[in-house]
Amino acid sequence: MKTALNGFLTAWKGLSLTMRHFLGARKSKKVKGIKEADYFEQQNGIATVQYPHQKLPVPEVGRYQLNVEIDDCIVCDLCAKICPVNCIEIEAIKSTEAIGKTSDGSVKRLYAPKFDIDMAKCMYCGLCTTVCPTECIVMTPEYDRSVTHISDLNYKFATMTEEEAQQKKEELEKLQAERQAAKLAAMNKAED
Amino acid sequence: MNFYLLYFLVAASIFSFIAVFSLLSVYAERKISAFIQDRLGPMEVGKYGLLQTFADILKLIQKEFIVPTVADKVLFTVAPVIIFIAVFLGFVALPWAPDLVPASMNIGVFYVFAIISVEALGILMAGWGSNNKYSLFGAVRSVAQMVSYEIPAGFAIISAVMIAQSLDLQVINYNQGILATQEIKFLGFLEVNKIGGILAWNVFQAPHLIIAYIIYFIASLAECNRAPFDIPEAESELIGGFHTEYTGLRFAFVFLAEYAMMFLVAMFGVTLFLGGWNTPFPNIGSFKLADYTTGIYWGIFWVMGKSLLIVAIQMWIRWTLPRMRVDQLMSLCWKVLTPLAFACLVASGLWRLLLF
Repeated sequence: MKTALNGFLTAWKGLSLTMRHFLGARKSKKVKGIKEADYFEQQNGIATVQYPHQKLPVPEVGRYQLNVEIDDCIVCDLCAKICPVNCIEIEAIKSTEAIGKTSDGSVKRLYAPKFDIDMAKCMYCGLCTTVCPTECIVMTPEYDRSVTHISDLNYKFATMTEEEAQQKKEELEKLQAERQAAKLAAMNKAED
Repeated sequence: MNFYLLYFLVAASIFSFIAVFSLLSVYAERKISAFIQDRLGPMEVGKYGLLQTFADILKLIQKEFIVPTVADKVLFTVAPVIIFIAVFLGFVALPWAPDLVPASMNIGVFYVFAIISVEALGILMAGWGSNNKYSLFGAVRSVAQMVSYEIPAGFAIISAVMIAQSLDLQVINYNQGILATQEIKFLGFLEVNKIGGILAWNVFQAPHLIIAYIIYFIASLAECNRAPFDIPEAESELIGGFHTEYTGLRFAFVFLAEYAMMFLVAMFGVTLFLGGWNTPFPNIGSFKLADYTTGIYWGIFWVMGKSLLIVAIQMWIRWTLPRMRVDQLMSLCWKVLTPLAFACLVASGLWRLLLF
């Protein structure tokens, strides 16, 4: 008898709790970023954010999609080396002379015919952005990227065409051959 | 000829009412559950997601009928029809307004109670015919639950019938308001034939019927397999219970029957205990509120309003209370509800003997 009465009482407690929430559903929580002062004040009301129509503001230090400013890249390969999941693939071709300067004044001496970041592998740790000497690889606030094929998640940042890369390679080979020849000549001279 | 035409018209209108009610109540159920859980519910299809359930039924209609290879094909195919027809036929005896009842019969209470227990048969056929252990489990649980909860429900109903002195649902309705044909008394002492309103409802004619109504309400939740008594279709243990193997329109019919059953038990309870199509407003002096708000359209309005309120309470309970264990379910039925219902029955008998 006592347990039955207790059952009804606790059932009523639960029912009044859900009724409070039901009545509280007349208003929604406002879509606010966590930085705003009264973010934690909003305890009641509908919690749903209707995502494609409403978006929560993202924090500036958030770690989302990677982006590379390829003109600022000196192709030092540090990002590829630090990457814990090996999602960055870089090919480098030495240039025959200094190509130019990045926006912070570093001299560029390498071409990048291939600079791929596979966002499907990326674990969003942000290590690559910390090691980058020219700060050309950064994380953007963009987080909503959907693709129809998984290979589309392999972002290609290199701007060189294959012909250009081929040409640069040939130039490099020619220079290396010249240098080799010069070296050989110098060695022959020294032997004589 | 016109006679038969009227029959078909009545059947078609009841069916279309059930269909529309089911669609809207599925929408309402999803919205209520969402609001209780601080969510929004369907919002994308139509304004505020109003067309969501219509989209759902369109999807179900297009789906393929899948019959499992080892299923008993006859039982499997017939079961949803039986489940639905059992509930559908229950609506026949329920009165909607003064002089508006699909089929007036002098054993209406008995008929409704008998025909809705046929649903247990359909559920057992579905579970057995699916040849799936989860389905069979669900069906057996469902039948055990429905059969045992019919006892407290039955006694609660009988205690109301003893007060009303009739098995005809329409007569029971008439005797709960200003159109009463016999002497009716508020709490057994104040004659309310002229006053009517909420004072003349069965629960207020004899106050122990409030307990009887609560017993009936709990038992009716169990009979339509609603939470907290939804162990027959416990999703977390039995996948979908007896309707696990059903697809497309057959599943839709099982679903339709569940929602129709909700309305049926709500309306049956409203008719027996809460005044049916009678208005809640009493006549006060020269303000003849009860007289103004009695009539065919008012009747439909009141019975719909009360039943929908009860259905909303069923939904509220579903989204609040967790599912009961099988042994808790049975001990609630046999150790709490059945003795209380017996007590109500005795109280009704004494009420009748001592006060009239």
